[in-house]
Amino acid sequence: MTTATATGEPTDSPYALSHLDALESEAVHIFREVAGEFERPVILFSGGKDSIVMLHLALKAFAPAPVPFALLHVDTGHNFPEVIEYRDRTVAEHGLRLHVASVQEFIDRGELRERPDGTRNPLQTVPLLRAIEDHRFDAVFGGGRRDEEKARAKERVFSLRDEFGGWNPRRQRPELWQLYNGRHAPGEHVRVFPLSNWTELDVWQYIAREKIELPQIYYAHEREVFARSGMWLAPGEWGGPREGEAVERRQVRYRTVGDMSCTGAVDSDADTIEKVIAEIAASRLTERGATRADDKLSEAAMEDRKREGYF
Amino acid sequence: MSQPSTTPPGDVEGTSATSLLRFATAGSVDDGKSTLVGRLLHDSKSVLADQLEAVELASRSRGQEAPDLALLTDGLRAEREQGITIDVAYRYFATPRRRFILADTPGHVQYTRNMVTGASTAELAVVLVDARNGVVEQTRRHAAVAALLRVPHVVLAVNKMDLVGYEESVFAAIAEEFTRYAASLGVPEITAVPISALVGDNVVTPSAHMDWYAGPTVLEHLETVPVAHDPSDDVARFPVQYVIRPQTPELPDYRGYAGQIASGVLRVGQPVTVLPSGRTSTIEGIDALGAAVDVAWAPQSVTLRLTDDLDISRGDLIAPAEASVSPSQDLTATVCHLHDSPLTVGRRVLLKHTTRTVKAIVKQIPSRLTLDDLSQHPEPGELTANDIGRVVLRTAEPLAVDPYADSRRTGSFLLIDPADGSTLTAGMAGDAFAEAAADAADGGRAAADDEGWDF
Repeated sequence: MTTATATGEPTDSPYALSHLDALESEAVHIFREVAGEFERPVILFSGGKDSIVMLHLALKAFAPAPVPFALLHVDTGHNFPEVIEYRDRTVAEHGLRLHVASVQEFIDRGELRERPDGTRNPLQTVPLLRAIEDHRFDAVFGGGRRDEEKARAKERVFSLRDEFGGWNPRRQRPELWQLYNGRHAPGEHVRVFPLSNWTELDVWQYIAREKIELPQIYYAHEREVFARSGMWLAPGEWGGPREGEAVERRQVRYRTVGDMSCTGAVDSDADTIEKVIAEIAASRLTERGATRADDKLSEAAMEDRKREGYF
Repeated sequence: MSQPSTTPPGDVEGTSATSLLRFATAGSVDDGKSTLVGRLLHDSKSVLADQLEAVELASRSRGQEAPDLALLTDGLRAEREQGITIDVAYRYFATPRRRFILADTPGHVQYTRNMVTGASTAELAVVLVDARNGVVEQTRRHAAVAALLRVPHVVLAVNKMDLVGYEESVFAAIAEEFTRYAASLGVPEITAVPISALVGDNVVTPSAHMDWYAGPTVLEHLETVPVAHDPSDDVARFPVQYVIRPQTPELPDYRGYAGQIASGVLRVGQPVTVLPSGRTSTIEGIDALGAAVDVAWAPQSVTLRLTDDLDISRGDLIAPAEASVSPSQDLTATVCHLHDSPLTVGRRVLLKHTTRTVKAIVKQIPSRLTLDDLSQHPEPGELTANDIGRVVLRTAEPLAVDPYADSRRTGSFLLIDPADGSTLTAGMAGDAFAEAAADAADGGRAAADDEGWDF
């Protein structure tokens, strides 16, 4: 939910903190809290902007020491090549350890079945839970924000998951002040959302302020796309275009980055961060509504997937 | 005064600093709270086209003509089916002047705990009343929760003015009664606004129906209320979260104490005491997330380096040498019990205070408090979910706790069930209400501050 960009207000105190400083301090506090209370935390890292911001905050939280967590990418096998390249470069640059949970491997072993519509986002839950189980991760950082969707508005910063990875909105612990309760039984784990209180615009403003590099597909570029379900999709081995779907070259950019089969591009000439921020501030569509087919499935789609253990 | 250099000079266009206000709403089921929140989001242009489309669609499918703005905020399926909100939901919106985080809490009686939760991080609370009913028991309970949680600003939104003919006298009577009551509980700042959330009067746009009201709309007030009080008025407190020790060839001896300043201001060169050990040292350096600074303040997350090599670990508290706190194993507090299993005398629990978790035992429950009329019930023996009461605890190790009245961050704690990790109880150390409330129960009246509205 966003409106016009900030014009700021006169600060009445030398001790005023901007909204970005306040959100940054809060997120860093959350990372350090997990480092102090958990044995085996991991950061979900997809190479999307939210996970990039999460990693940036984690690097700041522990500097000059390295980040004391590994990264985990649940790879649908339908990722944009630019994003995978960015992921691998980032991991190498910061000397991080990356675990990859591959949807493709589960399909090849017959443990998951391809959906008729070709989308793989809903298939990520099983490999994610398996990775958590195999590596005994007890805290899993996700880039989810409470402004994204109505069911997420009720999510905690520390969100307890049972041994099946499930989320029960009625079993969530009350969260007061800045006191996070991370206690859990063996087999259970806690999902942690350091960006809970950020909006899409906050994330972009922070990327601009911190001069964080992103995969180029977030900025306007020319690419071949075809129309499906009211979105511009990129052709690829994942299953497009089908017969009757015409490919054309357009200048587009991505507002979110996920599975190629269900992540749509938007027409845009925003090729710099300033233009992207101006475009978002003026936009009349929410991030997911514009570009994520899987969230449009039903009013309760996200709620159902969270109950099953989705991010 | 050297500023921290966390914000680079030369503002990037569109990243101008704006401030952040966290606020909470409380209202009874039928006061129209969802409509107020929906109206705030809708009229401040925070609702985007696809969300509005979804609401219009859902409203039409229920046979409603106008879009039901309450649908913007009712999130979970169970709630949509029951038509109520069952938990705290967080909403985000912004105006050119300010960013807002709203803890939207249901107001019916069995959900006191949700309101306590929402109010715990709020700098402002909006209490909603129905102009036809005026101040009812629920309203008094909401005022008491705001006072108990030390929320600095309270807004009374007198809703459904359209149903009382936009009568000034109706509003004035309710505003006066509420202000007198809330002030008697020690609420420092109260503003009353006559509104109609359904029609849109005085929520975002000034009402054409109430010329007699010259004060701000709800949103204007939210945009202009001071966000934070001056941290230089507070005693500094720094709970150590994590010790950073790179132990690399370049930094073999670096020891940084990472944490978020809980209150006050810290400076390089300042003499400090480390609790509970009582050892003293001096702040050698402050790292504000990548920038070395001379001064830092709440709520910044920083890393401190001290001149002496002390044994300091997570859970310790760094405080100014001249304004330390005496660690103690005895703690008396006002609590709100949150869990469905009762809190009983003799129960063994874990107590989480700042970054320290210790074993504790419930020694005594001197009284339970009825929020509707602030009556005390001595020795209830146990507290059940949504009860507010006084509790005496004994901890296994000494804790450096401040009165909640002085610091919401170092005066608050959680009680946790050691068996399954559930959060049981939220606690606030020291006296329940501010001084003004001390004689409220026996009919004492504090002078109402009538600057809150303007006729």
